[in-house]
Order: sequence, then C-alpha cells, then structure tokens
Amino acid sequence: MHIYLDNSATTIPFPAVCDEVYNVMSKTYGNPSSLHKMGVEAARLIEQSAERIANTLKCAPGEIYFTSGGTEANNLALFGACNANRGSHIITSAIEHPATLQAADNIQSEWYDIDLLEVDKDGIMDLAQLESLITDETVLVSIMHVNNEVGVIQNLEEIGRIIKSKNPKTVYHVDAIQSYCKIPIIPKNVHADMVSLSSHKIHGPKGVGALYVKQGTKIAPTIFGGGQQKNIRPGTENVPGIAGFGLAAHIAHANMAEVSATMAKLRDKLREGIVSTIPDVRINTPSENCAPHVLNVSFDRLKSEVLLHSLEMDGIFVSSGSACSSHKKGHRSYVLQSMSVPDNLIDGSIRFSLSEFITENEINYVLDKLREIVQNLREIV
Amino acid sequence: MNKIILAKYGELALKGNNKRQFEDKLMSNIRGKLKDLGEYSLSRAQSTIYVEPKSDTFDIDEASERIRKVFGMSAVSVASKVDKLPETKDTLDEIGKIAVECVRKMMLRHKTFKVETRREDKHFPLKSPQISAEIGGYILENIPELTVDVHNPDITVNVEIRGSAYVYTERFAGAGGMPTGTNGKATLLLSGGIDSPVAGYMIAKRGVVVNAVHFYSYPYTSERAKDKVIALAKIMSEYCGRINLYVVPFTDIQLAINKHCPQELLTLIMRRIMMRIAEQIARNTYSHALITGESIGQVASQTMESLVVTDNAVSLPVFRPVIGMDKEEIVQVAKKIGTFETSILPYEDCCTVFVPKHPKTKPQLESLHKAEANLTDIEEMIAKAVEDAEIIKVGE
Repeated sequence: MHIYLDNSATTIPFPAVCDEVYNVMSKTYGNPSSLHKMGVEAARLIEQSAERIANTLKCAPGEIYFTSGGTEANNLALFGACNANRGSHIITSAIEHPATLQAADNIQSEWYDIDLLEVDKDGIMDLAQLESLITDETVLVSIMHVNNEVGVIQNLEEIGRIIKSKNPKTVYHVDAIQSYCKIPIIPKNVHADMVSLSSHKIHGPKGVGALYVKQGTKIAPTIFGGGQQKNIRPGTENVPGIAGFGLAAHIAHANMAEVSATMAKLRDKLREGIVSTIPDVRINTPSENCAPHVLNVSFDRLKSEVLLHSLEMDGIFVSSGSACSSHKKGHRSYVLQSMSVPDNLIDGSIRFSLSEFITENEINYVLDKLREIVQNLREIV
Repeated sequence: MNKIILAKYGELALKGNNKRQFEDKLMSNIRGKLKDLGEYSLSRAQSTIYVEPKSDTFDIDEASERIRKVFGMSAVSVASKVDKLPETKDTLDEIGKIAVECVRKMMLRHKTFKVETRREDKHFPLKSPQISAEIGGYILENIPELTVDVHNPDITVNVEIRGSAYVYTERFAGAGGMPTGTNGKATLLLSGGIDSPVAGYMIAKRGVVVNAVHFYSYPYTSERAKDKVIALAKIMSEYCGRINLYVVPFTDIQLAINKHCPQELLTLIMRRIMMRIAEQIARNTYSHALITGESIGQVASQTMESLVVTDNAVSLPVFRPVIGMDKEEIVQVAKKIGTFETSILPYEDCCTVFVPKHPKTKPQLESLHKAEANLTDIEEMIAKAVEDAEIIKVGE
C-alpha cells in the first residue's frame, strides 16, 4: 500500500507535467533573453505559462512574475510592497505561513510596526480588529487564503472591502499557495493587489512559484540583476519549471470544481469515520469555511510523530502539523495554539491532506489502520 | 615550487623497542586516508613522516587536512622543499628566496616575523642560530616593511635542515593520541546525542578500533534519527577509521519492558538490556570493552547508583571517558571534532513515550532483578535483536 495524504506539503506531479519539464529541459534549452530563435522559443514558453496562469486568475499575463517558489513570492510581496510604498505599518495574521511571518519580522526590524490579527477557535480572522487597525500609515495587509495546517478559508472579499474603504493606498497581498486550484481566487473580485502561488502544491514541479502583481501596483525588486521580468524579478528564468507550472495550472484549474467536490466528499468521509469510531479525538479543521483537501485531527494521549511513523509502516503518509516546521526542536503548532487548542491535543495532531488521486477504498483502508494503530498505541501509554 | 607535507608524531617517538610497530601502523593509517588522492611517496625519518606528491593532480592541502585528523600526529605542515647545493651559500640563498615567497603570501596584516631553524643534519656547516640570522636578513632585505620580533611574531618562518631543507610558515596541530589499531578494539553505544560520539572519539584517540551500536525504535523514533547516527559515525570515522555500525531493532524489547515492568524502572532496565546487547555484539566482533557517553549525575539514569546497576548488567569492562566532564566541556570537544551540529538535530528524542515521569535515581539491584524476572523471554529477544541488527560500514 502506498497512500499519499500529505498533499499540503507537496503533491505528486502530473505525468504530463513531468514529460513537459523533461522535454523543455532537453530541447528548449535556450536562454529566454537570447536574441536568436532558440531564445525566442524559450521566451514563448514563459509567455504561454504566464497566459495559462493568468487565465486561472482572470488577470493579464503581464501581471504574473515567476519566482523560485511560494516563499520567494511572499518575500517579494512583503519587501517589494514596503520598499516601494509610503507607510510604516504592516498587518498580517497570527496563522500565516513562516514565509510571511518571518519576512514581516525582518521588515519590522527595519523600522516598521507590525500587527498580527487574532483568530477565533475556528481559525477565522477578527475583521473588526482589522478595521480598527488600518491607518494612513498602513502600507501592507498580508492575508492567507487557506491555512496550510487546518484548511480554514478567510473571507478575502470582505477583508479587501474593509482595507480599501479604510485606506485605498494600502497594498493587499493574498497568500493563495494552499488554495490555488482548490477553490477559486479572482484577485480583482477580492480587491487583491498581489497574490502568491506555488507550483508544487498543484502537481507541478518544485522550485517554481509566481506572484501576481496588479497593473499599477508599486513594487520594488528584492534581488538585482540583468533586467528579466521587467526588473521586478531578474535572473534567467527557470524555463522547464515555469513550463511545467503553466501546464499543471492549466490541468488542475480545468478540473477544479469536479476534483474539489470529490475531495471534499472523501475528506468528510474520513472525518466522520474518525469521529464515529475513534474515541477522544478533536477535529481541528472547522466544519464550515474549510478547503476541500485538508483535515487536521488531534488524538488525545498520543504523540503525533509516533502516530505518523506508525501510519508510515502501513504505507500511509501524513504530516504532523506543518512539514516545513518538523525540523525545529520543541515545535508546537502556533496555528493550533492561536485557535486555542490545548497543548496536549496539539502534541497529538495529524494533518491529512488529499489530492485528486485519493480513492474511496484508500480512505476506508486509512480508517481501518488508524483505528487499529490508535488503539494499540493508547494501550502503551 | 616543490611542496611536501611534514607530519610530526609526538608521543610515539617516546616508545621503546616496539616504536617501529607503532610507526608502521601510523604510516599504513595515513596511506588509508590518502589512497584516493593520487600518486605520492611516503617516508619517515627522525619522528617525521614525509608525504611527497608524485603527480601534479595530488591535492596536497586536502592531504594535509586529512593527515591532521590521523591519530598519532602531533603537528602537520605543508613545506617547500629545497635541495641542498654544493655551496652552502647557494643553499642559503635558495632557502631565503623560498622564505620570502612564503612570507609574501601571508603579508597583508602581518608586521613582524621571526625565523626558527632546526638543524637535524649536524653536518650542515652553519648552526641553527646562524641560519636563522642569515634567512632573517634575507627576508628583511627583500621585504623592508617587516620587522623582527622573536618573542611574539605575527609570522614564524620555520626552516628545517635535514636530508633536504624545508621551509614553512604554517604549522597545524594534529589530532594527537596513538595510531588507530595499536590498542585493541571496543564497542561504543552510540545514541545520537552529544556525549557518545565524544566518548567514542576519546577512546579511539588512544589507538583503539571502534565499533558502534545504535538502538532503533521505529516508529517511536524516525528514519531521520537513524540517518543522523550514520552521519555522526561518518564524522567520527574521519578520525577513527572505518566504523562498523550495528543498528539494533529495539522496539519490541521496549514495548515488552513498558508492558511488564514498573514505570520508575523503565529507563534503567532499558539501559541494562542495551548493555547486554552491546556486550553480545562486542563479543561477536572480538571487542575487549564497551564505551558509553555517561557522565556522573547528568540525568536520572546516570546517578552513581544508576551507573552501578547499569555496570552490573555486563562483565566486559565499560569505559566512560566523559564520566567526570561537565556538559559544557563535552560540548567543547564535540564542536572541535565536528559532531556537535549533527548531535543537536532534533530527531532523536521526539518521542518521550517511554520516559517515566518519576524515574528512580537510587535504584537497588534486587528490585531490578525482580522487575526483569517479569521479562520471561528476554534472552530470546536479546538474541533476536543481535541477530537482526543491520550492519552499516561507515567511512573509508
């Protein structure tokens, strides 16, 4: 058995994407900036990918800047907006990804004030607090669409409306890395000025991401070089990666509605199966306003890492909290802490994250194994 | 320029009639370290081993770094070799020229220097102080910015007159100790923490070949914990030579202890069984002793009383080289040998399932014997663990 339920960490690349990356890498190896026809061919592939991604966001291809991934997209958004616009105040939330929180923290040390929005027990941000915090000095608000650990969805449109009515000059950045191609995100509908995307979360290659920057939004580069991508993100483009990203977005977005409905159904089956057959569990993913692919569950009296490795022995791959954090010692999920989950339950929390490749039979197998393992492990402690 | 490595050995030089055996072992250990670096020749005279490259591709700096980590070496330098000429004056000129080149390479911040000469070849007509004066004068003449300071110089130019003459400005401390393989074999209980690699290093330094045993409790510890221990063994092997690492599956035993024995004794019973398994592996591999990284009083299982009952589980001698060291002192050594950064990776103690809340710190042997009597098939379990151990050959 091999059941991959860690799709919020990374996804299985689509076979067509693997082929595309291989073909572009071996055949279209010209530098997109070269004047000869090999350069033109490579540049066309980048344009094609920008168009494909622009189609999914209903924006212009010229508003897409490719980066080395989601972390760089978030960093470019935060540093880029702050360096190019007037103001000394940043608002973000307590449950953002470290790529946002750490970037904000490093901007803060350079004379910015920062406020973190609190969330309720379902992980929903406090919009009244947001409204009260925005001032003339607020240069940037950065909000994640879907949280990577629990899957809660924020009301982007309402947030955008609040920001723009309090201070139209405030740059509104959305981290859509977990939501992209799972639920629709149309930047202009939610009044977003910048949106971060990542390729490997949507069955594309690793090492590629993108930042949407609305036409007219002021942004300063964070790295400097040979003028590529309008000098906002210079450096020779990762052509095979970008081509793979474009194709992955094209495929994933086309099937989004259908795939998400199936995933949500299976996720609900997993949730109900756990709740009805395993005692002393807490579902940390809210029952409303949640992405279709994430289910975060705490198993009382268990250590999540032991449970993770036990599931692994049965060929089931999950995550404890957030994969990006598992290399920090003594890590206890700050996202779950913000949602007021008690510490003993945080220590036993597991994240299942689905993809379109998961079947109902596999979910049944996972439920069987989970029941057995949790019972065995609880007998030991 | 004709470069050569001068590798000096310290303590060995004091050995008596069996000195030759030690020297032979040291040379063969060096050969083991250098075998993939290309052609070279190895010779020795007067407590110095000479490594002379025989091809342009031989990476002499890499060789020097590796030799510094060979136990038995006290100091290592990369020197320029000067062949003696019929006229002493010409030889001195040649040495002076090379000395100036060496000093020029280090000039930037340095303002003062001295020349130190060792004249092993007593037929050379000038005495050491005279040679130093001649070469010092030559350097002053060519690099007028420098001044001489014999007490606290920025640069020391070393001149050695032997069969040939050698000039060098940098002298690196070697690893010290005795050549690996001159003092038997011992089996180390390697946990993945800070202490055990240091303990292994300290015993290996005295010329002992080291085996390692690691206890692996998947799924209670992760695959990464195993990778980490392999990485630690690899760093140790840069000094100790090849290490056979025995990864012992320990989960079943841990579960049995947990099920049948009192909470407060879990850790001690576990330690005693680990010692017994390690002893079995030691005997199978012809080791003379066990090594652990225990230090008195560091944790509950390392109080004096706990150490006594742990010791009692086996009949082989157990060496505990860090027994009297403070944590900070152990950390210093771990940093020096390069294991610290790997040791503090968090994968090891992620799981605290089997750690009792109130462990016994003054255990009685009788109560342990009584508790262990509950483990009715422990002999078979130990035999199976030994048999199922995965053997990983690390280094070289």
